[in-house]
Amino acid sequence: MNDTIPICRVKGEHTLDGEDIYSDEQDPVLLRARVGMVFQKPNPFPKSIYDNVAYGARLHGLTTNKSELNDLVEASLIKAGLFKEVKDDLLKPGTGLSGGQQQRLCIARAIAVDPEVILMDEPTSALDPIATATIEELMDELKENYTIAIVTHSMQQAARVSQRTAYFHMGKLVEVNDTSKVFTNPEHQLTENYITGRFG
Amino acid sequence: MQLGNHISQRYSQSLEAIRSQVLKMGGLVESQAENALTALLERNEELATQVASLDYTINKMEVDIDDECVQVIARRQPTAGDLRLVIAVVKVITDLERIGDEAEKIGIYSIKLARKQTITGMHSELSHLGHLVIKMLHDALDSFARMDTDLALQIVGMSEEVNKEFNSLSRLLITHMMEDPRNIKDVLKVTWCARSLARIGDHSVNIGEYVIFLVKGKDIRHTKIDDVIANHFPDR
Repeated sequence: MNDTIPICRVKGEHTLDGEDIYSDEQDPVLLRARVGMVFQKPNPFPKSIYDNVAYGARLHGLTTNKSELNDLVEASLIKAGLFKEVKDDLLKPGTGLSGGQQQRLCIARAIAVDPEVILMDEPTSALDPIATATIEELMDELKENYTIAIVTHSMQQAARVSQRTAYFHMGKLVEVNDTSKVFTNPEHQLTENYITGRFG
Repeated sequence: MQLGNHISQRYSQSLEAIRSQVLKMGGLVESQAENALTALLERNEELATQVASLDYTINKMEVDIDDECVQVIARRQPTAGDLRLVIAVVKVITDLERIGDEAEKIGIYSIKLARKQTITGMHSELSHLGHLVIKMLHDALDSFARMDTDLALQIVGMSEEVNKEFNSLSRLLITHMMEDPRNIKDVLKVTWCARSLARIGDHSVNIGEYVIFLVKGKDIRHTKIDDVIANHFPDR
């Protein structure tokens, strides 16, 4: 994405398993298979539910025949906790689902390519509390097999779902620590001020 | 460590209100404990009766402050220092309420002992233990009010002294009972009072521990004082 913006500058190091992801040798398409992404606003493709989940597998040639692809789509939807709700509607458009379902569809699409890391950028900020709880519950299950990095503005959500918390302020990493420590006894005064609601 | 300055003024106000209620409760508990000791030492039946009858006020304050804390947890989801304040307050007022109970017990025994002019000889020792624990309670409340961990640590370190005082007092009281078995009934009452005084000391130590938890975020309960100093008070 950054490669397409001529004025984009990147400072510092950004590594996945020790490899610099901004190096010229890095193939962005392959990188995207290792890093799944889920965004603030659910963004299913204007395709069927089935095609949404199958998209990555087709692109990367992860399956050799139709039946394998069917299995992968089903398994991904099950992992994302969506299969029961949509199993009879797999050919209906993904955009017709509710917000929470769409977000789980995006998670199913992300995990279908079996990534190492899933980045979630405010995955529940557009959802109601029940859909939020469902996504958080799902994150709790997925964390057994995937590393999830979530960006959230909800302090309570960070406290609920994460094991480690990093606090950034004005583009600088202020503190990264165990969540249990950050929310009870943070090391940095800026962190304390932020999580206790002492400045905006 | 600060209480105010939240973006939500009202949040700062509720925390400040809780804190000042604890200080008010602490003041009342302290005066109850002082009066109980005075009534015991001076055989003042009137004061003893007053102490024995005032405990309900303390109990009510505990319930009210508890409720405020529950409200803050439910509505504000406090974190970090704010969370530690709420937790420390819930714990501190439990100990304050128990100190109130001990003062009430001393009051009740003092009413009975006030009429027995024969029990003499142990009052100087009782006075020593009594004034020691009253000072501890005073300092514990002071350390909470000023969030003074050095003072809190001093109180925690006095735990042994209370035990020593109580043990030597117990030996003295046993001697009294052996000298004349007719004393047993009354000397036992004195023993219960001594026991209550020692408990006031123990509760004050607990409050000191919560103050250290509140300010430093370190749980020092059930830890040797030397280890506490080595790990959390490097400047001492």
